[in-house]
Amino acid sequence: MTKFIIRRLIQTIPVLLGVTILVFSLMHLIPGDPAQIIAGESAPERQVEQIRERLGLNDPLHVQYGKFLGNIVTGDLGQSVRSSRPVADEIGTRFWVTVELAVYSTIVSVFLGLIAGIISAVRHYTVLDVVIMIVALFGLSMPNFWLGLMLIQYFSIGNWMPDWMSFMQMRASGWGDSWKQVVLPVITLGTAGAAIIARMTRSSMLEVIGQDYIRTARAKGVKERIVIYRHALKNALIPVVTVVGLEFGALLGGTVLTETIFAINGMGRLTIDAIRTRDFPVVQGTVLVISLLFVFVNLLVDISYRFLNKRIELD
Amino acid sequence: MSTYKNILEVRNLQTSFFTDDGEVKAVDGVSFELPKGKTLGVVGESGSGKSITALSLLQLLSKPGKIKGGEILFKGKNLLDYTEKQMREIRGNDISMIFQEPMTSLNPVYTVGYQISESLMIHQNLNKREAKLKSIEMLKLVGIPSPEKRVDQYPFELSGGMRQRVMIAMALACNPDMLIADEPTTALDVTIQAQILDLIRELQAKLDMSVIMITHDLGVVAETCDYVAVMYAGQVVEFSDVRSLFKKPKHPYTVGLLKSLPRHDIEQEKLQPIKGTVPSPKEMPVGCRFSPRCPAATDLCRGRMPGLITDEQKNEIRCWIYSEEWDGDPEVNIYGEERIAEG
Repeated sequence: MTKFIIRRLIQTIPVLLGVTILVFSLMHLIPGDPAQIIAGESAPERQVEQIRERLGLNDPLHVQYGKFLGNIVTGDLGQSVRSSRPVADEIGTRFWVTVELAVYSTIVSVFLGLIAGIISAVRHYTVLDVVIMIVALFGLSMPNFWLGLMLIQYFSIGNWMPDWMSFMQMRASGWGDSWKQVVLPVITLGTAGAAIIARMTRSSMLEVIGQDYIRTARAKGVKERIVIYRHALKNALIPVVTVVGLEFGALLGGTVLTETIFAINGMGRLTIDAIRTRDFPVVQGTVLVISLLFVFVNLLVDISYRFLNKRIELD
Repeated sequence: MSTYKNILEVRNLQTSFFTDDGEVKAVDGVSFELPKGKTLGVVGESGSGKSITALSLLQLLSKPGKIKGGEILFKGKNLLDYTEKQMREIRGNDISMIFQEPMTSLNPVYTVGYQISESLMIHQNLNKREAKLKSIEMLKLVGIPSPEKRVDQYPFELSGGMRQRVMIAMALACNPDMLIADEPTTALDVTIQAQILDLIRELQAKLDMSVIMITHDLGVVAETCDYVAVMYAGQVVEFSDVRSLFKKPKHPYTVGLLKSLPRHDIEQEKLQPIKGTVPSPKEMPVGCRFSPRCPAATDLCRGRMPGLITDEQKNEIRCWIYSEEWDGDPEVNIYGEERIAEG
């Protein structure tokens, strides 16, 4: 197992390098001269030249990339054009907000999705199955900005839930009452995931339940509950884990709308604001951090595969 | 000590599948019996209902299959009256089953040791450690080399023959009174087939088990069985002891089966297949189900379904030829045009 993890870690190195190259080229692919953009359109040529020199834009590309890589390794992601604060600090305060949101939403979707999927599979072609699948279809097709607004409309404004404050305030005030502020955004974000996981779990479970080894387990006198949760579920989880990993990754980059609706100051909003103001060091930074996180999540998915099925080897 | 004569008596078992297109009678009034310690072969072509019969015995049918009627008397008690919980105590403990496909019948994500241990933990209340020791013992019993190492391996690390041995170890872990082997050798190489059959026979003697051997292979029947039930289209058409069956088959279908088998004890010019195919359950003939393919069929056969007729050796045949209503040639040539010289 340790060998597997080490091998898998080594394999992520080229991916990470690829990510840094892409992020690095962002600066050069954006139309126009970065220095000019930073300095402002009406800035004198001398000032632009200064900035260019400071950013090292006059160096050959490979030297620039080398520096860029070196800076990343030491945690230096450059400076925000807008706030002049280090990008690492800008991201640092918001990173955990988004991660927390994504983690809670993933937990909610996995929990709801698995339960719904298993029930649907075990009771397939019954009314319960049909109802669950219709609800899942709704959950899947609902745009989450709309769902978020509706939740606010009915729960917050209707006073079922206390008014939401900003996510940051909630974090500052610590847990306690603060779970109430997380509920709605997490439901908003988790619904689609729960629906996808429910559908995936159902089809995967149905396939596994028809397998010969499930019949073998029953022929041994194993209780039906254990047949389902031990013999079937472990086999059925493999495709589900992939979906969970992808969902989590999508949440990291996809919380923008939800963050906007619920006035949460997370990575999504940071990225959008940075794009709007052409604050490309921040854009680079957020893209880099989200990509790294995505790579890490995929690593976890692969490791859990291996844990679920010892046969899975790396080619 | 006990009042039952046969360990298993099946009476008029009916199993149907209720599909959107209506009821499909997969097993239609099957009866047979199995004395303790003996082996019963259930033979028939694909689709004859033999596997469904086996699954019905343990009530392992999945939807939309359902047992409609009949009795399954195991040690004198009707299993169809048992609750699901009582049935669970029977499965893997009193009656075990092994399946055709050793490659897919073991759970890929658990070690073979765990899978053998499971029934021991359920039925004999052993703890994990005791169950593992017993599992190693079972692996040794079924002839798997270095069982201490194998016990921690996953099914994909074993060959097909090994896996079938593991299946047997699993089935026999709790010392069952009866083993149902559903085509245990069909998916295996010929050399491995013989080994597995020998193993089952050897363990049967050692553990004093009764065995139901489900197969389409008359060679397997000749080698392992004491009694044979020949199934055709969901019914038993001939129930006989194995000697009489091979010496003097009575039902035209059995005769056909034997003729399509190469033999070295008699002279044969060429093998003769049975013409036609098994009728689909949706278009069952009104009369004898074999009549469309039977060389001796008359209007009587096509018009009415024959009942089971018991002959002087207490063997049973479902065929009009042996009834009093048969008014055709009593020496009707059920062996077809070229009668095989008896050896």
